Amino acid sequence: MQLTGAEIVIRCLQEEKVEYVFGYPGGSVLFIYDELFKQDKFKHVLVRHEQAAVHAADAYSRSSNKIGVCLVTSGPGVTNAVTGIATAHMDSVPMVIISGQVPTAYIGQDAFQECDTVGITRPCVKHNFLVKDVRDLAITLKKAFYIAKTGRPGPVLVDIPKDVTNQKCEFEYPKTIAMRSYNPVVKGHGGQIKKAVQMLLDAKRPMIYAGGGVILSDAADRLVKLARTLGYPVTNTLMGLGGYPATDKQSLGMLGMHGTYEANMAMQNCDVLIAVGARFDDRVIGNPAHFAEVARKIIHIDIDPSSISKRVKVDVPIVGNLPDVLDELQKLLEASSGVPDAKALSAWWKQIDEWRSKKSLKYKQGKEIIMPQYVVEKLYEVTGGEAFVTSDVGQHQMWAAQYYKFDKPRRWINSGGLGTMGVGLPYAMGVRFANPKATVACVTGEASIQMNIQELSTAKQFRLPIKIINLNNRYLGMVRQWQQMFHGNRYAESYVDALPDFVKLAESYGHVGMKIERPADVEPALREAFTKHKNDLVFMDFLTDQTANVYPMVAAGKGLSEMILAEEL
Amino acid sequence: MRHIISILIENEAGALSRVSGLFSARAFNIESLTVAPTEDASLSRMTIVSTGSDDVIEQITKQLNKLIDVVKVVDLSEAAHIERELMLVKVRAAGKDREEMKRIADIFRGRIIDVTDSTYVIELTGNGSKLDAFLEAIDRSLILETVRTGVSGIGRGDRILKV
Repeated sequence: MQLTGAEIVIRCLQEEKVEYVFGYPGGSVLFIYDELFKQDKFKHVLVRHEQAAVHAADAYSRSSNKIGVCLVTSGPGVTNAVTGIATAHMDSVPMVIISGQVPTAYIGQDAFQECDTVGITRPCVKHNFLVKDVRDLAITLKKAFYIAKTGRPGPVLVDIPKDVTNQKCEFEYPKTIAMRSYNPVVKGHGGQIKKAVQMLLDAKRPMIYAGGGVILSDAADRLVKLARTLGYPVTNTLMGLGGYPATDKQSLGMLGMHGTYEANMAMQNCDVLIAVGARFDDRVIGNPAHFAEVARKIIHIDIDPSSISKRVKVDVPIVGNLPDVLDELQKLLEASSGVPDAKALSAWWKQIDEWRSKKSLKYKQGKEIIMPQYVVEKLYEVTGGEAFVTSDVGQHQMWAAQYYKFDKPRRWINSGGLGTMGVGLPYAMGVRFANPKATVACVTGEASIQMNIQELSTAKQFRLPIKIINLNNRYLGMVRQWQQMFHGNRYAESYVDALPDFVKLAESYGHVGMKIERPADVEPALREAFTKHKNDLVFMDFLTDQTANVYPMVAAGKGLSEMILAEEL
Repeated sequence: MRHIISILIENEAGALSRVSGLFSARAFNIESLTVAPTEDASLSRMTIVSTGSDDVIEQITKQLNKLIDVVKVVDLSEAAHIERELMLVKVRAAGKDREEMKRIADIFRGRIIDVTDSTYVIELTGNGSKLDAFLEAIDRSLILETVRTGVSGIGRGDRILKV
């Protein structure tokens, strides 16, 4: 049957079992929107700014492992989407972005709402396509979905000129796809896995370092099994939180720039390290030269060969899909006659418990001023640790990561790689679409929330009962913290002046607003929001301590064990 | 160290910018880059000359392999290989310089492919250092224009880069 390009786009999305498309219409995508209007197999979520469409699709994907899809128009539609695409790219989130383009004959003529979409997005996508012939459309969309979710996942953009969406051709959606230039590895190298098993059994001071790859590949259950079999300590990266249960006794919590004392000390001082879907980035291991001062053997499992030995030399590289590699590792481990060195392990745990006794996350909550950490702790209690928590970027993000104990994967949604302020609210929207019954909290700050505050309108339209936890310290908190510590207390442009009345603002969008100023009111307010206003969006404006800093802290360029602790100040 | 990296890449619009963009985005060095379709018109072959430590070259190869359009990547300098570059030089060739220029071109097995009463265009093929040596050997002030293709390379013997 002959279909137009626009009809083909819709049919392809239906074939891919897409439930939601997050988008914003405009001139170049009008034919596509016209066909979208005529169908009811998937729903469209109209956002208020294209950046939010991409973030929402991104979080839809992160919280469910279904592919997020968004649809934007040419020119400004795409440029607005770029921040969202780069955010998803840095955190390896599988997504498909469909963008309109000016008609093929106009490309390169500086036409109205024209931009070089493929050129602009090239460095921040896994791959992109410009479809110049309607006959290539179905196969290209098939490839886009395939590339997005296989190998190391990532966003794929398909740019479609307007005339292509109005031309006709025979439609048949390809069932399978084969590309000679793209064949991601799945199974790990058997010999390497064998070596890893031996190395793990020979360890005296072992450490498991688990990253976002565990979440992305749905390998959390395997990781838990492996850790339990070995009895070794586990630390999670910011992206990996929930990949190993935070309340488990083998968990040392998060490591890195704002990691716990025990996690960073164990990471630095271990003799065998197994990195599982993590990439040794600068916020995790600090100064690589300092990290290399302690001799240790490193096993690194990752789907992306280029992540291995990029910043830190490893001894046993294993390229493969985590669940497959971990299954194989577990099998060999259970079949092996060797067992972990119990004596060495008990000495190692004793050392770790000593580090733990520093209680590096402790803080003081007085009677007058609300401490931001306290709000997150109460949020954890009130939601029973069962909420999906999104965050924006800054101090509040670190406090959410440190004090909300994630026991399950895909519950903690934040921009770890790119560090994009403004993701929190659209992320919460995406989470709720993917998990329609879930409790969703967005931990944010008064600066971040204003970067996509217009989405309060989308949230109203779709009745999304998100709970916004605004840790309002009237500062760009993390900027202020760095200025205090490294720039002689000169708070250049980090004070947030002329704030709106968030309660009235929320109410004007038809939501519930609350202002909480005293520590004693924190818990009752949260209980009210999560029970009485269960079905409402509640904007909770917590006035918090303006001087609170995030500790522990490894200053940029410093070694992992050179932490600044709260008690030292 | 200097490496010669050969790539087979899908002959699609934008393929070159994906490769060159990767080099600039990750601050990898490019000494030269050549590209043209192969006998199979759906594939292009690229030769990139780059310098860097072993770690950097390892990253370059891995990152190139990660590009979706890249079919194969080989570091030619890992084993026996041949490299060639073509140079065209326009020189002033009048009076006493005319005979001398021809003599030097002959020594370097260059060919004079265009002649006027005051200029020659000399065609020269070889590896990069031979071309450099030729430019050193002639009087700098007589060079009017030079154009070099950048290095192309191929493995010796049974080393074959093919799909």
